[in-house]
Amino acid sequence: SLAFVANARAEGLAPYEIIGDGIAESLTGAPGDAARGRALVLARTTTCILCHSGPFPETRFQGDLAPDLTGAGNRWTVSQLRLRMVDAARFNPDTIMPSYYRADGLVRVGRNFAGKPILSAAEIEDIVAYLATLRD
Amino acid sequence: MDRRQRLFVHRIGIDHGRMNFWRAIVLAALVATAPAPLAGEIPPDARRSGYSFMGPDTRAMQDDDTSSPGMLFVLDGETLWTKKAGSADKACADCHGDARSSMKGVAARYPAFDKALARPVTLDQRINLCRANHQQAAPLPYESRDILALSAFVAHQSRGVAITAGDDPQLKPFIEQGRNLFMQREGQLNLACTNCHDDNFEKRLAGSPITQAQPTGYPLYRLEWQTLGSLERRLRSCMTGVRAQAYDYGAPELVALELYLMARARGMPMETPAVRP
Ligand code: HEC
Ligand code: HEC
Ligand code: HEC
Repeated sequence: SLAFVANARAEGLAPYEIIGDGIAESLTGAPGDAARGRALVLARTTTCILCHSGPFPETRFQGDLAPDLTGAGNRWTVSQLRLRMVDAARFNPDTIMPSYYRADGLVRVGRNFAGKPILSAAEIEDIVAYLATLRD
Repeated sequence: MDRRQRLFVHRIGIDHGRMNFWRAIVLAALVATAPAPLAGEIPPDARRSGYSFMGPDTRAMQDDDTSSPGMLFVLDGETLWTKKAGSADKACADCHGDARSSMKGVAARYPAFDKALARPVTLDQRINLCRANHQQAAPLPYESRDILALSAFVAHQSRGVAITAGDDPQLKPFIEQGRNLFMQREGQLNLACTNCHDDNFEKRLAGSPITQAQPTGYPLYRLEWQTLGSLERRLRSCMTGVRAQAYDYGAPELVALELYLMARARGMPMETPAVRP
């Protein structure tokens, strides 16, 4: 049935454990690659710079709906950054920041995106590794 | 309370069940709220057309009818207005005469309630109803050049006229449906229209200024489209933007959203055919 397919897909997400206000363990079991993470943050399809700006002198098209990412690695631990990427609503239930590793509880998701998280576990780890390098 | 403080309120031990509970409360509050303005809705005297968010070049293009690309569609519409069509062999003008008087103010109150259908219809749908019922002609497809030209021509007769849509008390439940859709988060990015257009207008989404989503200029010429487009086309592209499944053209949900936007813009002057980036 449809429900079964949706569940099977949702179950395709790597399991993670929230401890306190973070996720301590890598979603992939391996550290991410910060250089790949930077490229991902800058890619339009990842959607970060629709809302955020940051230390990205090469692009003019940055958003201002959200804090500048400069210094994010000072303000947050890796564990907190990982949880924010996975499900930012855990920090602020009204946030407009999407949950990047979640595939359930959403309304009218477009056909091409249904049942899938916005980013893969490996992409999240790359971005987390990059954010951790953003120190003032 | 700023976001950092809220973080500490919510940081510990919030499981998924609690989160859904929170979302449910927010949703229930929205649904239960009748016409009184919700927090975050734009007060009447703070409303601004998309025009006011544009750069000087784009404004100048809209201001000058000789350079406004939408005016070519208006001229086409004027030609179609007097052209006989369908097996009834009648032109719009045969029944409605001079559009400058008969159509003045009409677009400003659309979508309007249709008694026979017992639901609101958009201006495009009304024109196609006239084609079906009065001209015995096939409907013009959504976003086709002819429907855009006719609706631009009709709506142009209301340029400068204050929007009155939503006055009819029969429209009330449909306006509310539209408002609920405007407030509803959707798509893979989980964003509602209100998140951008009530709470964050004047900020920038990547390079683009976010406007208040005022529907004053439709159909309008969008530089990105390189053509005229309807309000429904615009709404569908915002839905696609948040990776939601856009409603089909003419779907009751799109009509309700359009009606809500027009009612939300009551009193603002029509600009058809506007120009937008
Ligand atoms: C639709 C808007 C939106 C998008 C897209 C978005 N964010 Fe955010 N983000 C926010 C907002 C708003 C905040 C402020 C806190 C809150 O509301 O949760 C935030 C907060 C953050 C923070 C903490 C900021 C700080 O330094 O205090 C980080 C880090 C972050 N986002 C990273 C990202 C990354 C990486 C992406 C893309 C993968 C992303 N965000 C996509 C809106 C967004
Ligand atoms: C993530 C932000 C975002 C969301 C969510 C969003 N929009 Fe938009 N919307 C925009 C931006 C940005 C523009 C205009 C800029 C552009 O693309 O040129 C726009 C333009 C519009 C316009 C055109 C206004 C004019 O002056 O012509 C309307 C109407 C509109 N949106 C309605 C909606 C509706 C209805 C929804 C929900 C179904 C919605 N938007 C969701 C960002 C958003
Ligand atoms: C044979 C007569 C006839 C023809 C031809 C005709 N209409 Fe109509 N039109 C009507 C009538 C009658 C109404 C009132 C609603 C109804 O009963 O259908 C109407 C209503 C309208 C309205 C809504 C007016 C309002 O105040 O709400 C518009 C707009 C309109 N017509 C446009 C057109 C256009 C554009 C054409 C040509 C494509 C056209 N009509 C052709 C008879 C006609």
